[in-house]
Amino acid sequence: MFKLENVKWTAEDGAEILKGIDFEVEEGTLTVITGPNGSGKTSLAKVIAGVEKITEGSMKLDDVELADKDITERAKMGVAYAFQQPVRFKGITVRDLIELADGSKVEEMDVCRIMNKVGLCTQDYIDREVNDSLSGGEIKRIEIATVLARKDAKLLVFDEPEAGIDLWSFNGLVEAFEELKSEKDKVLIVISHQERLLEIADNIIVIDGGLVRQAGKGSEVLPTLMHGEVVGDCPVGKVRD
Amino acid sequence: MDKITESLLKLVSDWTEDGYKGAFNIRENGGCAGRMSTDNIKIEPKEGGSGIDIYIAPGTKDEKVYIPACISKSGVDDLVYNDFHVGEDADVTIVAGCGVHTDGEEESSHNGIHRFFLEKNAKVRYEEKHVGTGEGGQRKIDPVTDVDLKEGAVLEMDTIQIGGVDHSVRTTRGKLGKDAKLYIRESIMTDGNEYAKTDFDVVMEGEDSGVDLISRSVAKDDSYQEYHSKINGNARCVGHSECDAILVGNGKVNAAPELFAGDLDASLIHEAAIGKVAGEQILKLRTLGLTEEEAEQKIINGFLGA
Repeated sequence: MFKLENVKWTAEDGAEILKGIDFEVEEGTLTVITGPNGSGKTSLAKVIAGVEKITEGSMKLDDVELADKDITERAKMGVAYAFQQPVRFKGITVRDLIELADGSKVEEMDVCRIMNKVGLCTQDYIDREVNDSLSGGEIKRIEIATVLARKDAKLLVFDEPEAGIDLWSFNGLVEAFEELKSEKDKVLIVISHQERLLEIADNIIVIDGGLVRQAGKGSEVLPTLMHGEVVGDCPVGKVRD
Repeated sequence: MDKITESLLKLVSDWTEDGYKGAFNIRENGGCAGRMSTDNIKIEPKEGGSGIDIYIAPGTKDEKVYIPACISKSGVDDLVYNDFHVGEDADVTIVAGCGVHTDGEEESSHNGIHRFFLEKNAKVRYEEKHVGTGEGGQRKIDPVTDVDLKEGAVLEMDTIQIGGVDHSVRTTRGKLGKDAKLYIRESIMTDGNEYAKTDFDVVMEGEDSGVDLISRSVAKDDSYQEYHSKINGNARCVGHSECDAILVGNGKVNAAPELFAGDLDASLIHEAAIGKVAGEQILKLRTLGLTEEEAEQKIINGFLGA
């Protein structure tokens, strides 16, 4: 169980981005967090991973408070996070990152199993540096692979995993999410606007203006998103204050 | 050969208790500690003991020759001239590391002047690793590399200096003929109050010649590094240089790349970046479970290829 209560985060410039987020997510479910641009979704992902520290509230994974843990501690507790904007490195290879994520030396077959899920051929990529030579779509898929490689992960957060990924690879990604969900012991949170991901979500949480505007079963929330009246940049329409 | 020399040889080359496989010449404290030629690779001392000539027969393939130099004590000032004559169509690897160890108060230094003469279509991979060890006086290594590449010749030069060398001035000069290619990969790390200077000057005289120079360095603590490269294109040619440096602590780097195009069809590019380890890189590795210190070390090691 992953539970957030009154989570607030204020940016360095004083802007209050998250104004009191509450929700809880069960293991073995896929929760998609959606909402308009600038609503606070990526900020929420960052505070969950520990990249940013919340200014108020509580985040508990299996009743253990995360808020006072730093990034490394959270990673060791099983929090895995796929960045929206993947990081590039000079001199660090795909193999290096997969091994760091896995926590040990990995055989090429193990890497192949993971890379296949994101639509990349291991032989072509395993010894490539994660640098500027990779396209946006390639590095995005490698970023996702580094999270899928986390054997110890309990809470997996993917920030817009579909960005820059072609249709064929995206199909594989959807299968990977469904496979993760079937493992039953993981909490899966995906930040996305992608209809296909919204369709397979067990739960959908709509965030706008730093607050949860709507939350519920995917089958109930999705129709309101698809047919909601649009007010300004908010697809949630009528629920906006 | 003393034990310190043996440990230095392990650091700068693939020395084992069984020695080297192939031709070699081991220089220890200014003298010769071992030498062996093979059918295809002849090593001959120069008159007066100032160095050696290495003759690699035309067509020699897949052989290695080791030319390491070690200083195992304080108070040694070594200067050596080694000339490599590589015959047509040869394809070999040359390993020429240098290790300097000091325990006493006096400094020790090694200056290796290496000249490479590659004949038509010869190909050489040149590996050069420099280290300093011990708690004594200053350790200095000032290598000079002169490269003369004839038509179609290729030299891949891989140089590494990671820690322990207090003062280093590395000078590399090259002259490239038609279709010749020069690839240089340099990795340098300095810490404490160390000083390292790199000076490249490559002239492309032949049509379709090319040079690719990549320098990666890390300046830690109060160390200081200077980087100067000059690529001269006097024919239809391609030149690329890339100088990346990471600063840690109070480390300082002065990079001054220079390009000279003396021909309308010379295509020359330089890229340079200096800065601290990117915060987002550390964050990414921390999300994989590394501490901040472990993440920084991993990034630096990867950057340097260490």
